Amino acid sequence: MTRKKTAEKRNTGPAAAAGAPDAAVEERRGLLHEMLRIRRFEERCVELYSAAEIRGFMHLYIGEEAVAAGTMAALGPDDAVVTTYREHGHALARGVSAEAIMAEMFGRSTGCSRGRGGSMHLFDTATRFYGGNAIVAGGLPLAVGLALADRMRGADRVTACFFGDGAVAEGEFHECMNLAALWHLPVLFVCENNRYAMGTALAREHAETDLALRASSYGTVSWAVDGMDVLAVSTAARRAAEAVRWGGGPHFLEMRTYRYRAHSMYDPDLYRDKSEIEEWRRHDPIDALTTRMRDTGELGDDDVAAMEKEIAAEIDAAVEAAKAAPLEPVEDLARFVYSEEAVRP
Amino acid sequence: MTTTKTRDADKAAGNEPITYREAMRAALRDALTRDDRVFLMGEDVGRYGGCFAVSLGLLEEFGPERIRDTPLSESAFVGAGIGAALAGMRPIVEIMTVNFSLLALDQILNNAATLSHMSGGQVGVPLVIRMTTGAGRQLAAQHSHSLEGWYAHIPGLRILAPATLEDARGMLWTALENPDPVLIAEHGSLYGMAGELPPGAGAVDIDRAAVRRTGSDVSLITYGGTLPKTLDAAERLASEGVQAEVIDLRSLRPLDDATIMSSVRRTHRAVIVDEAWRSGSLSAEISARITEQAFYDLDAPVGRVCGAEVPIPYARHLEEAALPQPDDIVAAAHRAVSGDA
Repeated sequence: MTRKKTAEKRNTGPAAAAGAPDAAVEERRGLLHEMLRIRRFEERCVELYSAAEIRGFMHLYIGEEAVAAGTMAALGPDDAVVTTYREHGHALARGVSAEAIMAEMFGRSTGCSRGRGGSMHLFDTATRFYGGNAIVAGGLPLAVGLALADRMRGADRVTACFFGDGAVAEGEFHECMNLAALWHLPVLFVCENNRYAMGTALAREHAETDLALRASSYGTVSWAVDGMDVLAVSTAARRAAEAVRWGGGPHFLEMRTYRYRAHSMYDPDLYRDKSEIEEWRRHDPIDALTTRMRDTGELGDDDVAAMEKEIAAEIDAAVEAAKAAPLEPVEDLARFVYSEEAVRP
Repeated sequence: MTTTKTRDADKAAGNEPITYREAMRAALRDALTRDDRVFLMGEDVGRYGGCFAVSLGLLEEFGPERIRDTPLSESAFVGAGIGAALAGMRPIVEIMTVNFSLLALDQILNNAATLSHMSGGQVGVPLVIRMTTGAGRQLAAQHSHSLEGWYAHIPGLRILAPATLEDARGMLWTALENPDPVLIAEHGSLYGMAGELPPGAGAVDIDRAAVRRTGSDVSLITYGGTLPKTLDAAERLASEGVQAEVIDLRSLRPLDDATIMSSVRRTHRAVIVDEAWRSGSLSAEISARITEQAFYDLDAPVGRVCGAEVPIPYARHLEEAALPQPDDIVAAAHRAVSGDA
């Protein structure tokens, strides 16, 4: 029964009617729009950070947009997402509003975590977005537990868990890969391998740098994917998510990607060559899809301009709303430490 | 296994003496029966029957989906409990000892205790974590510590220390009903303690401290594994002309200040008995609260009887020397009463 319901829901999704050419074009336009939206949002965050409107640690997703856009397109509304502190893009692509995210970074009452989380801790239960987790690999056990609950109830839902290459060095990663595989849990592990754990390059932190190979040692189906190609990401994510949903056990996707910006706003970025960044920029996921769609005539100059205009308006509105939003009252400082429901035997 | 179940049922109904271990098992069985969202997971809780035999027989009764043996991955299975709780389940996670719980401290502190507040109240973590604590069984320095006071430092958690059969039987259900994460610290020396449960024993409150013995001369404040020792000491003190009141904290976070202060205001003297180390401890916190809230009612400095500041040693005589003993409690009470502090 649950299966039928989910299948019907999925068929109403934007990426659904595979086979119809216009639907495929629409899907590509949707992916392009999402990537561009994430990039422009992040660029605005840089400006706002520089203007001291946003504070704390802030980690930007510029360069990695294809992973969030392509993977989220493979999920349904009942699926769950657990992610990291570099999660603005995940939240946007999952459907958390730009306004709620921006307000959170402004520390406002209307922020998705009511100003208690900030950039690193975006939460939204309406979209089953279980957080920005800022302990590297700390979100993986949560994803295993969310999936365990689904498994125990017979719900055919997927929990997508994002983490970086740095997490693969943590014990929690290995504990969770083993547990998810042992219990055959519906987790889609999405490793965003951007080649640096903060400032430590992949080869300086891992004895074996083929992360998909290592994940496969747990008996998990594991693929390496070109994370700079949004169509490759969405195809792989859809295949993996469907396999997970229909009982194929956990799957692991190593998304090979790159961040153009420093690790965080505090990072002077002294540990890599500028030429390396330039090389990766030549494989920019937004440029690549734009060029492809222009070449095939799916996209014209006007389309791109219209997309940019729409996105700018959305972000402008989010910033304006965040600036105008009230602060959480200081009297409410201790709210939500404990539940407000009193419990008596 | 039906025999285990029937025997347990008879005992839980108050028909014959029951041990703390069996009372805890009855609580688990009751919770698993009443709520299909409840499940138990941890190392060796199923086939083995639990490291301390608390869950013996439950695998056969409830099956492997609800009595889940886990790999030795404390962080993963505690975190999985948190995730399942986020999704609306009511997991009970067992960690063999409080020392091992340090392997899951990241999940307990950074997730279980934090997610509700950090998400602006969007999520709750209705999770119960049970763990053995304490010394007295010659298990040496990696199985014997009393770190529940560390957990009591953390906002977002509730910490319980059942020290009686009624609490072993009754705290679990109330903890499961609670929308916040609850840690239950079970002192290893209590599992074999036997007695009778009143007929119909069931859920108990988890908010208030209990006065286990009334007295007018000194308040002895304790919890968990040192409650029986403190009651022994109070008995001896009575024969020596000192009437000691014994407070069982039951909940280490939140602390029931009202019950503590009400007792201290009557007796004007307080001695805190805690197996944990003295420095930076729960006993220090209680002492501070008494001076903050009842300073002018005191006739003597607050006394403390704590574990020696050493890793718990193996040899019996050394371990005994490292732990609060009835003699130490009696001596501290006399010091408070005589004013020779």
